[in-house]
Amino acid sequence: MSQTLTEKIFSNALGRVVQAGEIVVVQPDVVMSHDSLTPGIIDILQNDFGRASVQNPDQLVFSFDHVAPASTVGTAENQNKVRAFARRNNIRFFEVGRGICHQVLIEEGIAQPGFIVLGADSHSTSYGAVGAFGSGMGSTDVAAIWATGKTWLRVPETLQIQVRGKFQPGVGPKDLALRIGRELSISGATYLTIEYHGLDWLPLHGRQTLCSMAVELGAKAGIVPPSGEIRKRFTVPDWLFVDPDTSYYRTLEINLETLEPQIAIPHAVDHVVDISKVAGRKFDQIFLGTCTNGRYEDLREAALIIKGQQISELVRFIITPASSHELLRAMADDTLSTLIAAGAVISTPGCGACMGRHQGTLGKNDVCLSTGNRNFKGRMGDPTSQIYLVSPAVAAASAIRGVITDPRSL
Amino acid sequence: MVHIWKFGDDIDTDQIVPGRYAPYMRPNEDVADAAFIEAHPEFNKQAVAGDIIVAGENFGCGSSREYAVLALKRRQIGAIIAKSFARIFYRNAINLGLTLIEAPQVVDRLSDLDFCTLDLEENRLIVRNSILRLPEIPPFAREIINAGGLVAYIQTNGRLPGE
Repeated sequence: MSQTLTEKIFSNALGRVVQAGEIVVVQPDVVMSHDSLTPGIIDILQNDFGRASVQNPDQLVFSFDHVAPASTVGTAENQNKVRAFARRNNIRFFEVGRGICHQVLIEEGIAQPGFIVLGADSHSTSYGAVGAFGSGMGSTDVAAIWATGKTWLRVPETLQIQVRGKFQPGVGPKDLALRIGRELSISGATYLTIEYHGLDWLPLHGRQTLCSMAVELGAKAGIVPPSGEIRKRFTVPDWLFVDPDTSYYRTLEINLETLEPQIAIPHAVDHVVDISKVAGRKFDQIFLGTCTNGRYEDLREAALIIKGQQISELVRFIITPASSHELLRAMADDTLSTLIAAGAVISTPGCGACMGRHQGTLGKNDVCLSTGNRNFKGRMGDPTSQIYLVSPAVAAASAIRGVITDPRSL
Repeated sequence: MVHIWKFGDDIDTDQIVPGRYAPYMRPNEDVADAAFIEAHPEFNKQAVAGDIIVAGENFGCGSSREYAVLALKRRQIGAIIAKSFARIFYRNAINLGLTLIEAPQVVDRLSDLDFCTLDLEENRLIVRNSILRLPEIPPFAREIINAGGLVAYIQTNGRLPGE
């Protein structure tokens, strides 16, 4: 009997054959939460469940990335509360500056192919980049896992993206992620897993870009079959492969040979057009970072475009590496020095300005080109500000010209 | 009689409560005061207990932030009736005992600031002298909402829903 990767992962977790549509109770392999929500989850565990400790500390991991380092007395006190709780309960945590939860869990080998990884963060779909079932949940759901070690999930149906061809110069994984949003719409994958096929050649960082944005289309999870580079870097269980005759809820084909650089215009993730439609528009700030595009390869791509040139004096360029590991990689060659010499500023690894709390919050009428994943009104600051979502290549080309620029036109 | 507050499609959680107004960022404030603070200031100032939110497709998309539901729950919103809901928001609402009703056929017949009476016992909405049938809430969700949310469900039953 053929199964989707989601059905295989749940079948493995439960020790019986599971089909899409079933509601099951599972013990997730990993449960992640970060500094923004963990303080409240501790309150639910202690005040509502009336428990002082968690059921299974080995299952949990905390990160400090959303406001890192702390920007106010309140965030500092909340972080101290999380550190004390983690130490008392023997729970692993990653300090401020280590990086974005979704990046760090993959770097540390905590998220593994075939695992069920749940997080108190919507971008937990990112773990599909290594062939895990990753999904986001709210605080009460996560508190319930802390209390019981388990949760209920409805096993989702799967939507297949069948990719053909390879990226053309100036086009990359972010353009594919935005194109999928353009085709499916912001709710086009609601309650579904997205499986991305035809990408055996795609390196890990590109898979992370795609899977982080699965949730932007409403998906419960996004999985790239663990092939190619993933098989070299991780141990892939022998049952975790794509059955050739599997049937999918829907299949969408995308041809990379004809894919142009894409851009999401304010204020919706699926409000996507070819770059040519908006080239020449003015903006004020570039934000290169996030779990979607804050890795070494993203910084490297920007540095290769910018090398030897200066960033336009019309704009400011903020770079927030996804992790300390990625920052070190960018320091090992001339990536970081090129970007800084051109006029970019490097902030602490973490989520940075993505949700408008620090390190690049937007003021009234500010326009930002972000390599992130959300351009909802007011997300990065004042509700009159605007966010365009772009690839690192578009960000870098636009930084030089000071207006939205097609990287192929340089 | 309560008011209807009508919204469009794809109302994201940044509109319901911007991340800058999270309890983490404002530990000494009530998150209820931040409900639609920037996206719909009239709602923020004037919505009262029992009022109903009516919306189009994909209500609550975006972030997993449960405080978006919590803010509406603390404002004692009677129910949210929408054509569809985003996944995490739907789950969060069930978990906090906030009633969500997926009723695509009803939404277009309701207008902003209509007066109405919501009868959850009989699954109906009485508005402008007409009675609109509402679909039943799926039994799995109904059980959790009736228990008073996920924590109360687990405490009362000694097990998870579905276990």
